[in-house]
Amino acid sequence: MSWLKKLLPRRIRTNGTTRRTVPEGIWTQCSACNAVLYRAELERCQEVCPKCAHHMRIGARKRLDHFLDKSLRTEIGEKLQPVDVLKFRDSKKYKDRLHQAQRETEENDALVALMGRLKGSPLVACSFEIDFICGSMGSVVGERFVRAVDACMDNGIPLVCFSASGGARMQEALISLMQMAKTAAALAALSRKGIPYISVMSNPTMGGVSASLAMLGDINIAEPNALIGFAGPRVIEQTVRETLPEGFQRSEFLLKHGAIDMIVDRREMRDRIASLLSVLTHQPLH
Amino acid sequence: MNLNLNFLDFEQPIAELEAKIEELRYVGNDKGININEEIGRLQKRSRELTEAIFSSLTSWQISQVARHPQRPNTLDYVERIFSDFHELHGDRSYADDSAIVCGIARLEGRSVAIVGHQKGRDTKEKIRRNFGMPRPEGYRKALRVMQLAERFKLPILTFIDTPGAYPGIDAEERGQSEAIARNLFVMPGLKTPIIATVIGEGGSGGALAIGVADWLMMLEYSTYSVISPEGCASILWKSAEKAAEAAEVMGITAKRLLDLGLIDQIISEPLGGAHRDVDTMAQTIQASLLQAMERLAELQNPDADHLLSIRRKRLMQYGHYNERG
Repeated sequence: MSWLKKLLPRRIRTNGTTRRTVPEGIWTQCSACNAVLYRAELERCQEVCPKCAHHMRIGARKRLDHFLDKSLRTEIGEKLQPVDVLKFRDSKKYKDRLHQAQRETEENDALVALMGRLKGSPLVACSFEIDFICGSMGSVVGERFVRAVDACMDNGIPLVCFSASGGARMQEALISLMQMAKTAAALAALSRKGIPYISVMSNPTMGGVSASLAMLGDINIAEPNALIGFAGPRVIEQTVRETLPEGFQRSEFLLKHGAIDMIVDRREMRDRIASLLSVLTHQPLH
Repeated sequence: MNLNLNFLDFEQPIAELEAKIEELRYVGNDKGININEEIGRLQKRSRELTEAIFSSLTSWQISQVARHPQRPNTLDYVERIFSDFHELHGDRSYADDSAIVCGIARLEGRSVAIVGHQKGRDTKEKIRRNFGMPRPEGYRKALRVMQLAERFKLPILTFIDTPGAYPGIDAEERGQSEAIARNLFVMPGLKTPIIATVIGEGGSGGALAIGVADWLMMLEYSTYSVISPEGCASILWKSAEKAAEAAEVMGITAKRLLDLGLIDQIISEPLGGAHRDVDTMAQTIQASLLQAMERLAELQNPDADHLLSIRRKRLMQYGHYNERG
């Protein structure tokens, strides 16, 4: 606080510097540096702040749209629909949560899988929809991921997965835990066929998703400053009763401790992955 | 108030009866009067009461039994079920995690490998074993021993009993997620039968990391869940006090999970729970393990690939969804 502000009586101080109001629609604000940004410009930058390079949330379909070539794309497992076998109900019914998430995101579950091309080379790319019940993995996510892997094996083409997830979906209880085993088993089969799998972890990639498909890439990539880990920071803090070190469970922390191969800016992801895959598959880069 | 630590809250009527029986015995010894008849009557009532209480336990009560301080743990069963047990230590790269015990042994003459969580009994042992919450080196040790089992064609028998993988700073630094994921990645391809038994608490990914199996059994009063009832309640209800409700709705009991087709078999426990009669419990587990081993040995014909393709099918059928159009 500046000396000038300190002179002002508390009543008439405002918190104007931290939250400037921005007219909705055309303008938006960076959640890290508070810069006022032109919405269209931000979208063109794939939701990365052009001022401070902060990576914001990006919808699954939007991400894949930026990542893949504009050529023909086929969706995998798009007809799969979640069901509530447990009749799960917490403060809200799971059924209602599903409907709400479907309305808000226009997706039927938290993973989108597309077969398409990257700089001319065919591949399958999937992406988590973080706004769909925290991108949590239940039966549909598991099955769709496995079908994506199967499509890769049938066509001998690589797999790329962008994760953004809070973990296993509690509302599907043990069934969702088993999706960890299911997706990991599918990746093991892919690996035996010698087909590359590149895992890209974005903010956040936690719990059951991190402890299964996300950490199993032939190459593990993270976006800058993404929260990635098994246990959530709050749970760890409560368990060890210590303040967590600065940058704990962030991409840079994971790189330092050897859990990932590299950190890549979202705006360079396409070039970087195309190059990685071309080297791994002995193909010239188009 | 809890009168006796051997009894859970909902068992207090039984505890009171048992205390009465003890008292009578004491009086009987003291004065030499014959009160056997009265003791017998009370014992019968105690048994009936136990049967009545245990026939209608709620999910939350079952999770209390699963976490009972007296509940037998992996090593209690190992010493009763196996012979020639040799514990194998260390992950060969960082440390030996005593929250998981591994080893080789014989089961009725047949060579097997054993992997199990170990919670510890007294405070000192609990701390040493980190309350059965493994760090990455625990899962990596388990993986090393499972791969050893594959090389020497030993069936792998795992015993699950953990609140979950350890949520700690060091565990995250050393790659808790990767360690769990790696086991899930390798276990489907191990060319030897895997039998998993949940003996107490099956806590989430920390349990599953030694739980990918050809045959999955649960003791009658054990639990298996994606998150602890307390954890689920504090996230979805914003209050850990809703744990009983969360336990119910998540379906964490052996019976519910068998109905859902997520496990293969329930192993009955002695009246009042495994801790009331560890020897009998161990015998029942041993018989179930032998049966399962026999069944799986057949699946290895003509070769292990057959077993693996069945394991793969098992894994791939997990999940419930609709497919329209």
